[in-house]
Parts: sequence; structure tokens; C-alpha cells
Amino acid sequence: MAPPSKLSLGIKRASRSHTYHRRGLWAIKAKHGGAFPKAEKPAAAAEPKFYPADDVKPRAPSTRKANPTKLRSSITPGTVLILLAGRFMGKRVVFLKQLKSGLLLITGPFKINGVPIRRVNQAYVIATSTKVDISGVKVDKFDDKYFARDKKTKAKKTEGELFETDKEATKNLPDFKKDDQKALDAELIKAIEAVPDLKTYLGARFSLRDGDKPHEMTF
Amino acid sequence: MPFKRFVEIGRVALVNYGKDYGRLVVIVDVVDQNRALIDAPDMVRCQINFKRLSLTDIKIDIKRVPKKTTLIKAMEDADVKNKWENSSWGKKLIVQKRRALLNDFDRFKVMLARIKRGGAIRQELAKLKKAAA
Repeated sequence: MAPPSKLSLGIKRASRSHTYHRRGLWAIKAKHGGAFPKAEKPAAAAEPKFYPADDVKPRAPSTRKANPTKLRSSITPGTVLILLAGRFMGKRVVFLKQLKSGLLLITGPFKINGVPIRRVNQAYVIATSTKVDISGVKVDKFDDKYFARDKKTKAKKTEGELFETDKEATKNLPDFKKDDQKALDAELIKAIEAVPDLKTYLGARFSLRDGDKPHEMTF
Repeated sequence: MPFKRFVEIGRVALVNYGKDYGRLVVIVDVVDQNRALIDAPDMVRCQINFKRLSLTDIKIDIKRVPKKTTLIKAMEDADVKNKWENSSWGKKLIVQKRRALLNDFDRFKVMLARIKRGGAIRQELAKLKKAAA
């Protein structure tokens, strides 16, 4: 209902009875049998035992969604990458695909340079412009779960055994992983041998020599 | 040891500093003691300091500030492009440009080729030494 208009400060246009009629409370009273319906007061909450010293607003949960890791445009399936860190520093390897975690799936191939099917971070890699044809290579079965560590069950050590360090079981690569490597590399090596000198290229490590200016070299 | 390359109208020079670094241009006029007017078939005629030019041995026959078409015709008649590319200076620059564009794989192949060539040379040398002994 529109508020009553004023003739002047303190003097309303409508009289008391007219305003009462306009407000329509009589219609609500009539609807509910003579009395204005009283809302039920909600049950009073029990007094909390503890009031914190400062009035701090609870932090709202973040609605930020993590985007999938962006792959550098220079890295496409089949690109030869140079590893920059780790055990295989300097090795030239073949990129297969990007996994869901954002890491890159690579392989040596194992027979050529000793690098197995492995995951590597984009940041520790130089992408060269050399590409290998990997259309015949199947990489669907490899995902992050394939590379998860096995949970070791720790046997309780007795007092004497605590100081024996050479009892640790040597880690053996399960056979199915060795077979996966062979199957993956078979197709890949065929594609590599089709290009002259590519096999020796992948077998050699990259290093900087005197006079090399990496910021001026095109890879 | 007299000077052999002079600043004159028609002298071909190489720009060695600035936006047009590496470009072959022709001096078409001299502005004052320090600056020249230069022109080339694929650029707008402009002034440049002599310090930014390296003079070459090549000279073409033109009058002061020729029209662009006249300049192009004069350059073709003097065969500037071929003279430059066959000169040792020009050849060096072409090789430098090609080396800068080499891929990592290309550099590897170059290394293999150099080793192979060195091996062949040493074999021949050994043969000659044996023959001379």
C-alpha cells in the first residue's frame, strides 16, 4: 500500500478512519475470524556456553576452481624434449601425452637411451622443434594411477632387527610394467628408425659447450 | 695504405646498427658531414648517420636521389645481389644467418658431419704420410 501523502509537515492527507480502511488490517482480521494472526515465536535458542573474545566473521569458502595445467604450445605429442633435471638430466626423450595431473608422459624409448615410461613436469623440460610420428603408439592405458607408489606394510622390528639396515627388500619392477615398456617402444622405435640419425640423436645427452648462448639458440 | 671505399652517391653499404640492422642499402645523397640519405628497393628512403653504415666494395651508377624504379633498375644492371652473395663478406653473413636458425637436431647432425669429415681427412693424411715415408 502506498504511504499516505502529506499536505504539510505533520498533516496527512487521509484521516485516521480513512487510513485504517486503506491499510486493510480489517480484511486480514475478518479472514482469520476477528483477530490478527499472531506468528509463533521460534523457541529461544539455549545460551551458548562459550562466547569467543573477538567478533570474527567466519571465512567464506573459496569458490575458486583450479584450471587444468596449460600445455606449452611448443609441446605436442611426438615432440622430442630435453630433460633439464633429475636422474636423466640432458637426455632427449619423446613426449607422449599430458596426464590429468598436468605432468607429461614421456619415454626414452628405453632401448635407445635408458629412460623408461615416466612422468615429468613441464617446467623442467626444453621442447625442441623435432617431432616423431607417434600415430601408431597406444598410450591410453597410462594415467596417474599407473605411477602411484605401492603401499608398504611395515613389519614390526624387534630390538635386534632395528639396527639391521640391509634387510630392506630391493624394489623389483613388476613384469607387467616391463612388458608395457616393450609394447609401447616397439611402434615408437620403428618410427624413429625411419628418420636418419634420429636414433643416435636420442641416445646422446644434451650439454652446453663453450660459446653456446642458450638464449640465442633455437631448439 | 690509402682508402679504397669512399662515401659517394651509389655506394652500397650495410646498416650495422638500429632498426634496419643487416640491410643492404645504397647511398643516394649526402645530407651533411655526418648523415647520408639512403635507399633500398624494399624500404622508404631515409637519412642515416654514417656511423651506422659499413661501406662495401660495391658501387652502382646512379644520379643524385634517383626515383625508386631507376634505383631498382640500376641495382639490377650492376647485379648487386649476386656480387654481394658471392663476396666473402656476404657469404659469411649468409652462413651466420643459417647457423642461427639451426634446430637442436640440426646442430647434432652438423656435429656428426664434422666428425665424419675430420675422420676422412685424417685417413687421407695418414695415407699420404705412409706414401711419403
